[in-house]
Amino acid sequence: MNWIYEFPFQLTIDTSAIDKGVRSFALTFDAVLRVIRQGLTTVLLAISDLLTFIPWWVLVLLVIVLYFKQSKRLWMSIIYGVLLSMIGMIGLWPLMISTLSIVITAVILSVAIGFPLGLLLSLSERANMIMRPVLDTMQTMPVFVYLIPALLLFGLGRVPAVMATIIYAIVPIIRLTNLGIRQVNPEIVEASRSFGATTLQTLIKVQIPQAFTTIMAGLNQTLMMAMAMVVTASMIGAPGLGAEVLIAVNRIEVGRGLVSGSAIVIVAIILDRLSQGWVKPSEEEGI
Amino acid sequence: MSMILKVEGVNKLYGKHKDEALKLASKGHTKEEILEKTGVTCALLDVNLEINKGETFVIIGLSGSGKSTLVRMFNRLNEPTQGKLYFKNQELSQLNKEQLRHYRREKIAMVFQHFGLMSHRTVLKNVEYGLEIRGVGPQLKTDKAMEMIELVGLKGFEHSRIDQLSGGMKQRVGLARALANDPEVLLMDEPFSALDPLVKKDMQFELLKIQQKMKKTIVFITHDINEAFKLGDRVAIMKDGRVIQVDTPEDMMSNPADEYVTRFIEGADKTAVMSVKHVMITPTTIVFKDDGFNKVIREMRNNNVSSAYVVDDDMKLQGVVSLENALKLKDKVSTLMDMVEDVQTISPDQSISEILPLASVARVPLAVIEDDKLVGIVSKASVLTYLASDPVVEESIQS
Repeated sequence: MNWIYEFPFQLTIDTSAIDKGVRSFALTFDAVLRVIRQGLTTVLLAISDLLTFIPWWVLVLLVIVLYFKQSKRLWMSIIYGVLLSMIGMIGLWPLMISTLSIVITAVILSVAIGFPLGLLLSLSERANMIMRPVLDTMQTMPVFVYLIPALLLFGLGRVPAVMATIIYAIVPIIRLTNLGIRQVNPEIVEASRSFGATTLQTLIKVQIPQAFTTIMAGLNQTLMMAMAMVVTASMIGAPGLGAEVLIAVNRIEVGRGLVSGSAIVIVAIILDRLSQGWVKPSEEEGI
Repeated sequence: MSMILKVEGVNKLYGKHKDEALKLASKGHTKEEILEKTGVTCALLDVNLEINKGETFVIIGLSGSGKSTLVRMFNRLNEPTQGKLYFKNQELSQLNKEQLRHYRREKIAMVFQHFGLMSHRTVLKNVEYGLEIRGVGPQLKTDKAMEMIELVGLKGFEHSRIDQLSGGMKQRVGLARALANDPEVLLMDEPFSALDPLVKKDMQFELLKIQQKMKKTIVFITHDINEAFKLGDRVAIMKDGRVIQVDTPEDMMSNPADEYVTRFIEGADKTAVMSVKHVMITPTTIVFKDDGFNKVIREMRNNNVSSAYVVDDDMKLQGVVSLENALKLKDKVSTLMDMVEDVQTISPDQSISEILPLASVARVPLAVIEDDKLVGIVSKASVLTYLASDPVVEESIQS
């Protein structure tokens, strides 16, 4: 009667074989991986150089002006500016720049890959069917799992952090681009076709502009998820605010953890508010 | 009159066992029976139509009758399961992608029920859309679009956003956009159904006005019988995917093909469709302007009427003389012309609804004049008799 409470068959999955597979992949494609690594490092450095080059007060002013422009709320704009300068005052500015360069690189690459992929999924039912479980997996797989192959393939540092962040954060931009295009009023698409527009013309002139709000919501989500990945990515050696939190955890320093954690929250809030401004630009023009 | 669009034996079926369904359909089974037996939905069954250049052809039916499915085949937004469609002599399914785009860009344009406007573009940019797709240069594009915006009466709104416009104005944009391409055929899929009744009337009037100028071939879809009869040169009535009758509004009114058509046009405002020539009667009492008074009076008494129409030798109407006046004035005036009164005249092509107010207040029957000649009269009684002769009314009286 054992089979009632215990499985009669036991399968043994040889996880070490998977490990070996990934390792040998890393060895075989070493040249390719190195090119990716170098390319990513270049982008990362460029962005981090740019951010370092901008004086702190310019960045603070930029946040105030940008937020005021989209919200017309002067006090909130100033509060965000003050919050941002506080990160500098407590000496976390360089770490923040580090974090931002990883996040921005990951978001740029996510959009560069995710947006066209989302368009493809919206146009092809078959591609959509194949990709849906893949996207589900990417989103629900515990993020730590990505760290291991990223580590194996790209070693320690920022590059694997960017890779892991992309895998985690790319899903919303793909999903919402797909959704946005699919939700465009079919009569408008039909109208475009009835005038003899090609698929590409309809996509560029009608579908993408009509789906713009949804696509921007996807971008906002991607940005937020990339921010959320910051702490996790520090586990594979990504420098920045996340690393600071990790150190605090390892040493059980509550104060240090709280301070650097708050800095992450401030950056996340500012990024969220600024990027939400893109979500509804058309409606604001109308007022 | 030359044929511009032709539909030949078109079927449109949705489902798996189409062959089986077609067999049943050819045996005359109804849409419901076919759906029950085979699981196939028949949107269109054996549709045959010929649409002539320059006419306004209205397709009418209830929702689900297949009319929208059919109209979308003319620009191949829908493909038939079986059968052929022609534009002039070109079979539409033979067009390759490039030719189809060319056909849609140059020959045929469509107006949509819910307007199909792009909310991210201004009125002007919406109207320019078709021209933009064709690759027309910026100056010409704007000029042409502005011309169309003016034609539909939206001048001054060209830089407005779509969501700032009312329903009627939105559909004017839809119409302007379709006309901007200068298509030979204009497809209109229930363009005024989403509008409220007053705006709808305005738009119908506007369309008639524009059509008089542009002389396009219009295929117009509606479920409103009054709209169909008002706009259509010919009307096709559809039921369950089949075309039941194709006729002019007047012929459909006087000769409905079957019970269904009869019931459908029951709701129609008969007076708007039928014209004076259908109700006028031959004048009973005509006198010539040189006739003597006594002859005139005798004529009226013999025919038992209280007035007579006075004409000259060419049947040209001079006026009307009443028995009362004739008796009173016969010793005081010298000629008949001194006692005639003016009479309200109408033309045989006016609709009955137009002359109803006149007929209801006129003391004497209205005179129907064609080329200056008296061709008939319309009395209150003749209008009432005609309206009461409605087959539906008769039926309800009998039962």
